[in-house]
Amino acid sequence: MNFILKMAWRDTRASRRRLLLFSLAIVLGVAALVAVGSVRDNLRLAIEQQTKSLLGADLTVNSRTEFPEDVTRHFATLGADRAREISFNSMLIVPGEGGPTRLVQVRAIEGEFPFYGDFDTEPAGARATLRGGMNAVLEESLMLQFGLKAGDSVRLGTAVYTVTGGLRAIPGEATAVTQMAPRVFVPLATVGGTGLLQPGSLSRHRHYFKLAADADPQALERELKERFREHRFGYDTVEERKRELGQSIQNVNSFLSLVGFASLFLGAIGVASAIHAHIRQKIPTVAMLRCLGASARTSFAIYLVQGISLGLLGATLGAAVGLGVQLALPVLLRDFLPFSFELTVSWGALFRGLGAGVVISVLFALLPLLEVRRVSPLLTLRSAYVPPQGADLWRFVLILVIAGLVFGFAWWQTGRLTWGVGFAGGLLVSFLVLAGMAQTVSWLARKFTPRGLPYAWRQGVANLHRPNNRTLLLLVSLGLGTFLMMTLYLSRDTLLGQLRVVGDGDRPNLMLFDIQDDQVDPLKKLLADNGAPVRQHAPIITMRIASVKGRATTDILKEKDSRVPAWTLRREYRSTYRSALTDSEKVTAGTFTGRVTDEPEVVPVSMEENLARDLQVGLGDEIVFDVQGVPVKAKVDSLRQVDWRRMQANFFLVFPEGALEAAPKFHIMALRVADATQSARVQQAVVRDHPNVSAIDLALIIRTIDGVYSKASFVVEFLALFTVITGGIVLAGAVLIGRSQRVRESVLLRTLGATKAQVNRIMFAEYLALGTLAAAVGAVLAVGANWALAWQVFQVKWTAPSAGVLLGGWAVVSALTVVTGWFSNRGICDHPPLAVLREET
Amino acid sequence: MSVQSILNVQRLTKTYATAAGPLTVLQEVSFAIPAGGTCAIVGPSGSGKTTLLGLCAGLDQPSTGTVELAGREIGGLSEDQRALVRNESVGFVFQNFQLIPTLTALENVLVPLELRGNGVNESEAADLLARVGLGGRLDHYPVQLSGGEQQRVALARAFINRPRILFCDEPTGNLDGDTAHAMADLIFGLNRERGTTLILVTHDLELARRTQRVIRLRSGAVISDEATGI
Repeated sequence: MNFILKMAWRDTRASRRRLLLFSLAIVLGVAALVAVGSVRDNLRLAIEQQTKSLLGADLTVNSRTEFPEDVTRHFATLGADRAREISFNSMLIVPGEGGPTRLVQVRAIEGEFPFYGDFDTEPAGARATLRGGMNAVLEESLMLQFGLKAGDSVRLGTAVYTVTGGLRAIPGEATAVTQMAPRVFVPLATVGGTGLLQPGSLSRHRHYFKLAADADPQALERELKERFREHRFGYDTVEERKRELGQSIQNVNSFLSLVGFASLFLGAIGVASAIHAHIRQKIPTVAMLRCLGASARTSFAIYLVQGISLGLLGATLGAAVGLGVQLALPVLLRDFLPFSFELTVSWGALFRGLGAGVVISVLFALLPLLEVRRVSPLLTLRSAYVPPQGADLWRFVLILVIAGLVFGFAWWQTGRLTWGVGFAGGLLVSFLVLAGMAQTVSWLARKFTPRGLPYAWRQGVANLHRPNNRTLLLLVSLGLGTFLMMTLYLSRDTLLGQLRVVGDGDRPNLMLFDIQDDQVDPLKKLLADNGAPVRQHAPIITMRIASVKGRATTDILKEKDSRVPAWTLRREYRSTYRSALTDSEKVTAGTFTGRVTDEPEVVPVSMEENLARDLQVGLGDEIVFDVQGVPVKAKVDSLRQVDWRRMQANFFLVFPEGALEAAPKFHIMALRVADATQSARVQQAVVRDHPNVSAIDLALIIRTIDGVYSKASFVVEFLALFTVITGGIVLAGAVLIGRSQRVRESVLLRTLGATKAQVNRIMFAEYLALGTLAAAVGAVLAVGANWALAWQVFQVKWTAPSAGVLLGGWAVVSALTVVTGWFSNRGICDHPPLAVLREET
Repeated sequence: MSVQSILNVQRLTKTYATAAGPLTVLQEVSFAIPAGGTCAIVGPSGSGKTTLLGLCAGLDQPSTGTVELAGREIGGLSEDQRALVRNESVGFVFQNFQLIPTLTALENVLVPLELRGNGVNESEAADLLARVGLGGRLDHYPVQLSGGEQQRVALARAFINRPRILFCDEPTGNLDGDTAHAMADLIFGLNRERGTTLILVTHDLELARRTQRVIRLRSGAVISDEATGI
């Protein structure tokens, strides 16, 4: 053993720097795993430590309608501390001529919410100003947007509030979800004065409970659910919130871990190829050792020790870098987390990452190391080395173990068998495609190098196929890196492009809602006067399903083997009535009825086809709707296919005119504005005359989604960048592996009269060919993945990415390859041939 | 094998499978070398000299026939068992020196002892290097030594494990005349001092004549086996 360790160490003397570089290939993969794992562990710890402040209360009960009197009476008897909240969307106006407006989420509160944790405000303690008076605490980002400060005024509806502070964070709420409609907190008692809450207005009502220390929130939830079953309230407890958060964190962690693992996988390929080259150089030494009496096991053990040391070194460095990176991740994730957390070293994550790094790199290193067992001592007499022929069972076993490990890792990280198979399969397919491409390129270069090319270019292209070429390694590593990065970029483009298409052409791009009956005509006139006539107008009536085909929804919900999704029975439907179909829908079965007369006993209704499938109803089936307390019997007389992506009001249920006009309702209108200036002008005019009406701009949606996606994708890109840097390290390593061969060739060429420029041109041609091919294959794979994601995951129509994006990515990767190749080979031509040869011997 | 023989080769044949069919490079070769004797194997290129040396030293397996080395029939041994025999009983000197480039001269010499795992005696290795004239170059790497010096390190390494038999494959083939002559003196001198059996493969008839016996090969067969009278 002593000899093995000693020999393993001595044998690295001439190649330590190079081996160190090879070990760097897995550093970033391990770093990503350690950082992601450590942040996850810290988040879990934070969830445990901040349990109660995640909800701010022990139990919340919420409703889309005002709580009935008997319910609030019962709440009062529970003996718990209670707080109340009504939330709704509205337009905030900064007073003054041409003052800006913005859709906000008004949160009117009463009581001491949060019971656990506190508002984080600037100035501190602004929460106390919400106990009474016309005070408002605004989302800090909103204050920054409009340049507001404490003491300024803002208007909500007809009421003017004094801004008392900026809101940074609230226990249990992530800021990323509030970007569309920033939060504005006001005292509940003041909300009546705004005139914003009209009958039929969309609002959410919530009660927060702080229970006695020994009370069981779950038991109270069960009791309330049972007692108020017909009201279908929503409930939330700390335990449920913990579970949901834990699951979300697990999902994000799984995804990020897989991105990190892809980098580790790529690094391991780099290690394997480096070891392969290293072993090839060591064959004479192995043969000599065998000749001097070393057993196959001893020779193998010497190089296995080197492989393990390489893995251990890389993994240790990676773990150290990972601990540094984990400091950055919370900054990137901050907006997505509904709580703060402290960073500590997670030893579990550290050792998991370390272990994964060592195991993966050693397994990959074993592939070339197995060859050592079969080196014959006869090579000391016969110098021409012929790799051992015939199948090696251990090699086959090893490949199976690696495939199983990749699959097992993905399964372990995601907890889903299909994801494990998908990830391992995806990596395998990418690897095989790139490897196949490399073989094809080598073959093509051998067969079809144009004889008319200048000598330097012919030599460069010939390097793609000659013995000991790096075509396979570089195409796989660079191609995989390009593929991952470009897939992320194209996915983002696809999602945003989809939204832009929605607002293209002459389609509506501004939506007004919460319009009361008596505001419809004046509003239409006002919009026409402002050059933005109404494109679509729809009355909205809220309703729930009371029974389906004669069976009460409460009974269906009780059935254990019911296949009807609960949400279809519990949800509140916002339906409309009209005489004709819109251009975003078409009838797929039955006949659409546009108008009824004489208030028929059974009203014909058109249902969206997917909802019909979920509810298991078809043409002619009867459904009873509870329209705000009034039962309305309806019969499905047509099914519709709806294009939900359009920026216009789309509905699950469309009733004919003449049936629901008398029901309480509000209206929405969709219009088209030419630009941001007109949008602002129209919104200001609307809010000035009709303060309860809210507006939502497609541009705002796009901006919001772009913002959220940018932040989310930055986290992913940050880790994917690890893969690209790993690709660079593998590339540099690969270049160094072949350096001695290149040195001899360039020295020979120079001895025969080649100039430095000619030698450089040969290398340039080789790396340019490799870089452009790898980037092209990576880009093609990324387009394929983008198509698959659009089709399967995002479920949107795929459009081919712009040539500019693809060409840009291709050019960047190609340039990076050439620069890295040149950088790694620098110095070869700067020394006299003899000196170089002497150094490289 | 006779009691005195350290190497006994009987009806040794080596055939390789090639694309053009089986190629026999050694055919029915038989001879025995007594312990402490010296023998040269000579012949033109392609006559099978190196193949015969490899088989005798247990570096390869014969197609048919037997090789008894230091009292053991090595044909039936596994590669690792043969490695053990080599480590215990055999020393090598090659035409192209075959030093391990990452080890110093001293470390190269010590490898056979270290492989044995019985602890190393650095002073013995240093003495041996001094004996071959490299007492001042112990910490030099092969790249820092001339060809002749490298071959002397290889010779010291060959003797460090007190081999019973020394195989030399063209030991002076890569050296100039004077250096080659000095090297030959060292080989034969050390051989005498330590009572080692010497098997020498060479083109150099002058060198061959310094051994007690010369075996001539042609086309894989022994064409003569003569004592030189030494």
